[in-house]
Amino acid sequence: MTDRTYGTRLPGMPAEPLPGKLIVIEGADGSGRTTEVALLKSWLEVEGHSVVDTGLRRSDLVSGEIDRAKKGHTLGATTMALLYAADFADQLENKIVPALSAGSTVLADRYIYTLMARAIARGASRAWARELYGFALRPDRVLFLDARPEILLHRAIAKYGTLDYWESGMDLSLSRDLFESFFRYQDLLSREFEWMQRDYDFARVDANRAPEQVHADVQRLIAPLYGAAEGANAPRPRRPRASFRRARSRAASA
Amino acid sequence: MPAEDPSAHHGFPGRLLVFEGLDGSGKSTQARLLGKWLQARGYRVFFTEWNSSELVAGVIRRGKKKGLLTPTTFSLLHATDFADRFDRQILPPLRAGYLVVCDRYAYTAFVRDAARGCDPAWVRTIYAFAPRPDRVFYFRVPVAVTLRRKLASRLKISYYEAGMDLGLSDSVTESYERFQGRLMREYDRLARSDKFTVVDATRPVEAVQSEVRRHLAPLLERFPTGERLIHDG
Repeated sequence: MTDRTYGTRLPGMPAEPLPGKLIVIEGADGSGRTTEVALLKSWLEVEGHSVVDTGLRRSDLVSGEIDRAKKGHTLGATTMALLYAADFADQLENKIVPALSAGSTVLADRYIYTLMARAIARGASRAWARELYGFALRPDRVLFLDARPEILLHRAIAKYGTLDYWESGMDLSLSRDLFESFFRYQDLLSREFEWMQRDYDFARVDANRAPEQVHADVQRLIAPLYGAAEGANAPRPRRPRASFRRARSRAASA
Repeated sequence: MPAEDPSAHHGFPGRLLVFEGLDGSGKSTQARLLGKWLQARGYRVFFTEWNSSELVAGVIRRGKKKGLLTPTTFSLLHATDFADRFDRQILPPLRAGYLVVCDRYAYTAFVRDAARGCDPAWVRTIYAFAPRPDRVFYFRVPVAVTLRRKLASRLKISYYEAGMDLGLSDSVTESYERFQGRLMREYDRLARSDKFTVVDATRPVEAVQSEVRRHLAPLLERFPTGERLIHDG
């Protein structure tokens, strides 16, 4: 039962296997995640898969409180980490698990890894963060869009015209200078993503390149999940309907 | 952030006194009476209750109303709430040298979450930020007694108090008895593993209170009153 999660039993989980696929896209702000999620979603839908996308901080339960807490930034690091975990659990149980039960592909724009990295950067121990998220479902694939800090910086400036307070980790008091803080914070996060890459089996995608190139790599990594034999070499499997049926019948007999 | 070894003493100049037990065990009355007595004797006392932080009280209320809460979110929201209260209400007076009296502590979460099916080891981990108290009083009463007290005071049994979310029974009273029974078994287990001071709370209030005071005498002997704290500078 617990082999579907990272070690902790999730009470109320359906006993039968979940036929859907859980695909996670991780990467820093500016790594091109949002663009890739849109491309991947559209590709999978063209292939005939039903796709539900989800991200962090979108649950009905606590997102309002998170926004309010951020505005006043009055909450301690542990409190904030637990609030994010509650929000994640709500999405996992009320959105991700039902969608997977119904056979949909769930495309998660970030997952527990970002939450863990943020909590650890703010003082949580790695062991605590790991255990905290022990109830999370193991994804079928985690894609890690890896981009150099300079690239992230330029994309952030192009997108917002400035650097974001939170993405620069200004609440950590690393530096009073936004620019300096941005680099130091991204460095802290990437240090966490490094060990998580190994421990959580991320597929690294070089995100320093153009969106089309990133997407081609992503297709190559995702196609095998749907049983496309030619997926290893061809970015666009030619018989999508057949591969879709195969995947469904395999999932049903599993 | 969570302490490395939650079983170690907190090391702060204050003392942490915890009152645990089922609803209707009389622990809140006992905690209040003890607080009064300690204050009258010149100690600096700080009193705190479970689930009183503003932060997630709204979320919990809303979630309960909409029936959105699962055992896991229920557990994490209460942990969030407690972490916030710990930072604001428990830790500062503990560091300032107060006797901090807690009407419920992390153990309440341990028993409730376990009764709802959460992994007890996981729950322990998420509460690793909460240090071990100097003393935990467990006010032990049979479930039937709490139910009698409840009915006598004409208090309505709440949905979650009865564990109705678990679907144990359609009858509120029956669900209450079964759920509270589970909580009691969890408390009994913790009483052994975490060395609670078990108090027979079926007796009159006065008898129970004097037993609590007696148990605390050795701890208080070594603890300075407010005045002495000031003079010792």
